[in-house]
Amino acid sequence: MGPLSDSIVVRPVPHNAVVRATHWINALSFLGLLVSGIAILLAHPRLYWGETGSVGTPSLVDLPLPFVLTGQSGWGRYLHFLSAWVCVFNGVFYLLGAKPGFAAYQRPQRIAYAVVVFTLFPLMIWTGLAMSPAVASVFPALVDDLGGQQSARTIHFFVASALVLFLLGHVFMVYRAGFLSHVRGMITGHIAATGERA
Amino acid sequence: MNKPLSRRKLIHAGLATAAGASGLAAAARLADRYGLIPPDHNGIYGIGETLTYASQRLLMTRHSLAREFNRSQISKVFPVNGDPPADDTYGRLLARRFADWRLAVDGLVARPALYSLADLKSYPSRSQITEQACEEGWSSIAEWTGVPLAYVLNLAGILSRAKYVVYFSFQKDWWDSIDLAEALHPQTLLAYAMNGQELSTGHGAPVRMRVARQLGYKSVKYLSRITVTDNIKAFGQGLGSASPEGGYSWYAGI
Repeated sequence: MGPLSDSIVVRPVPHNAVVRATHWINALSFLGLLVSGIAILLAHPRLYWGETGSVGTPSLVDLPLPFVLTGQSGWGRYLHFLSAWVCVFNGVFYLLGAKPGFAAYQRPQRIAYAVVVFTLFPLMIWTGLAMSPAVASVFPALVDDLGGQQSARTIHFFVASALVLFLLGHVFMVYRAGFLSHVRGMITGHIAATGERA
Repeated sequence: MNKPLSRRKLIHAGLATAAGASGLAAAARLADRYGLIPPDHNGIYGIGETLTYASQRLLMTRHSLAREFNRSQISKVFPVNGDPPADDTYGRLLARRFADWRLAVDGLVARPALYSLADLKSYPSRSQITEQACEEGWSSIAEWTGVPLAYVLNLAGILSRAKYVVYFSFQKDWWDSIDLAEALHPQTLLAYAMNGQELSTGHGAPVRMRVARQLGYKSVKYLSRITVTDNIKAFGQGLGSASPEGGYSWYAGI
């Protein structure tokens, strides 16, 4: 085995029930957020910086995606907020109830997970709330501190992209470490590498 | 090697379920009494909508004001979505520059009335520079001038049973509604001017609703009639506006 595969070997520590349940609920809510987020984005796949931005004003990024104006952002927004509520409640439950075996992981993994849990997810929630004119009427600093409504939207997009990259890396490492046994482990809590049963 | 559930455990689980269910039912009754349940609360998406609407309404109990901006921040470009109404009635009103236009205010008001554009312009006006965020993702800033909806509702004598203000457009099948918190909000305007000019046809002439704390689609253009009600179910499919009938949420404070 080369150095790369050594570095991604995870010591088989069974996950407790809270970690397992919140993992799969999180996976579902993330899928809901991603699919609906894309549906919303496609209504206007251009990003701006600052307070305002529209067709006819300079953009920061013109994403190479079509404008889809067939009403997909309607169900998109319904699903986005439902998934966001599930994600937030689930995340709180995870932070309160889970005792993740961080010690079992190597330093780069620990850093990556900590960044996701304590930086990227909070940033998603912050930038998401900042785009709400109602919430901004109560806490204007939420959006002013980011540089405006369109900056909040742009950061929301890039942090979402970072989360998708993390997800791809995560699935790839699970694949390298033994996909089926790890998925089974995350469902049952048993690391059944040798067919043992706890 | 599962042990069969003991009777004690079953009783506990049953009691917990009953307590949970009655707690939920009590919470739902309370939420309904305090107006925290949106008209489009049905189905799985309704759970998310209710959580969003209820939590934002609880956050905004103090009539928080939408952010206002400087003149220098007014957008040079303000896109227009959709075409003006194609029907004859609107065409005739436009041809006479809305001299014959009347805004009907009826429903749960003591004095149902018709208001002309000149009437509305004679009332105390309010100007505000606010941002309009479109549900598509873009946003623009403009200065809006109009009479606060609350002023006209008080003039008509809104009754204490009122819960929603429903408003209709000359645009076919286009109507919306807001709760009283939004209707009586100081920034909710019957807007007749934009950036110091009379409203253009594209932006909703002669009068459009301006709901500053919600997405643009709540700011219905080409107003024709306002009805005050305590029974939102009686309108359309009972979902609060034309938006949920087309798949968009009724509450758009997002």
